[in-house]
Amino acid sequence: MVETVQDFSLFSAAAIRAAFTLPYYGRELMNQLHFAAIGSLLIVVISSAVAGQALAIQLARELANTGAKTELGHFMVISVVRALGPVLTGMVVASRMSAGITAELGAMRSSDQIDALVAFGSDPMKRLVVPRIIALLVALPALTIVGDALAVIGGGFVGTQYHLPMEAYYLGVFKYLTPKNILVGMIKPFLFAVLIAVVACWRGFTSEGGAKGVGVSTTQSVVASSVGILVTDGICTRLVFRILGW
Amino acid sequence: MISFRNVWYSIEGHSILEDVSFDVPRGATTVILGPSGSGKSTALRLLLGLARPDRGAIFVDGEDITRVGEARMRQIRQRMGMVFQQGALFDSMTVGENVGFALLEHEEPAEDELEGTIRTYLTLVGLDDNLIDRMPDQLSGGMQRRVAIARALAARDPLILLYDEPTTGLDPQSAERITDLIVRLRDQMGKTAIMVTHDIADAFKVANTITVLNEGRVVFHGTPVELAGTESPFISEFLAPFRKAVQSASSRIIPGARRSAAPPGPQ
Repeated sequence: MVETVQDFSLFSAAAIRAAFTLPYYGRELMNQLHFAAIGSLLIVVISSAVAGQALAIQLARELANTGAKTELGHFMVISVVRALGPVLTGMVVASRMSAGITAELGAMRSSDQIDALVAFGSDPMKRLVVPRIIALLVALPALTIVGDALAVIGGGFVGTQYHLPMEAYYLGVFKYLTPKNILVGMIKPFLFAVLIAVVACWRGFTSEGGAKGVGVSTTQSVVASSVGILVTDGICTRLVFRILGW
Repeated sequence: MISFRNVWYSIEGHSILEDVSFDVPRGATTVILGPSGSGKSTALRLLLGLARPDRGAIFVDGEDITRVGEARMRQIRQRMGMVFQQGALFDSMTVGENVGFALLEHEEPAEDELEGTIRTYLTLVGLDDNLIDRMPDQLSGGMQRRVAIARALAARDPLILLYDEPTTGLDPQSAERITDLIVRLRDQMGKTAIMVTHDIADAFKVANTITVLNEGRVVFHGTPVELAGTESPFISEFLAPFRKAVQSASSRIIPGARRSAAPPGPQ
């Protein structure tokens, strides 16, 4: 356990150090950006729209019962932008990207392709890990914005079913869509992005035992990323409340 | 030119190489022969700096590579070209990108110049240069292995070539082509080479010297003729199936039709 933590820490430090030094592999970065952003867009759109509407239905019914249905926009913004949106998008992207990255790098490890990169003078950290970190750092916040927007817009349509006019709903939305709330929500995707990329790359690089080993590493990668996102979210929320008082 | 001196290497307490010493003269091909799990491929990994020995020294042109940093090791690797077991071609790149990988990594050659170089090396290893835009998984195993050799050669025209079981898993005809190519590179281009194999026929065909490993220890180092004449029980047992196969084939097909690669029996 101690050795695993040590290995992961050393790998993370090397990856982050590599991210700040030349060269950068533009084509690799564009490929990874396409895989992370465009490839994940559909599942983020579907999951955010569905989860947003489900949340809005629950909230709208309770608020209607207590005579506070005009607060739907307010509650949707706080729930989605500050908490649910980043975590939901993070989990959806983690399940897809962690599996994809670990399986790909694990297969490269077992077929000696990573050793071949080293043998031919390339640095696998720069060529394989850094583009994946940067791609997720760009894609995950962007996908979170898309997911948040869809969930909040979906809430507006649910509100109309409870006789809440769109204008009243969006009045609440824009009143609480403050820089503070946006910042609290938008810090998380950056942390999740680094977490997903580093964990997935590390599990891929350390994969052993052929196809079975790649399968085990892929499962561990998805589980570790998902649990890591929830733990990071919990820590972030506590820190924001305790230190910043937001 | 290459010298292993009392090299020890273990993984998690399990000994892989024990007190391994042998020399590879400049321009010669040394074959590391031995059964599976004897530490043959590990010796190549240590030479490439992909792992560090626990003890001992490995000299390349007089420089102990076990004592250099990663930056220096990267420079030393530029003198080597490696053909990995199963080829290890980058499956997300085309054949051309694989062959030109090292050039693209270290230099910024003009597109025409790069394409010309790639086509030259593909032709050199006996492949149609029109394969340049194919993906590795569209090629046969033998073709993939030849692309891997072209990639190793194109890596700044290395002085040292390392082959890790280059014929394993290939049909006899493809294997023959690969070993012919290795012999040609030795004889015509004067490359220093180390080839790891457990195929005795391949070893006798390409080797100037042979090092036999068993359970991580060097049990023989000498010429193919000396190997064939050794009376060590392990060597005799190791060579026995090959001798039997050659004798059996010779007697069944054409009397006296032994392959030139066949080791002569003990005198």
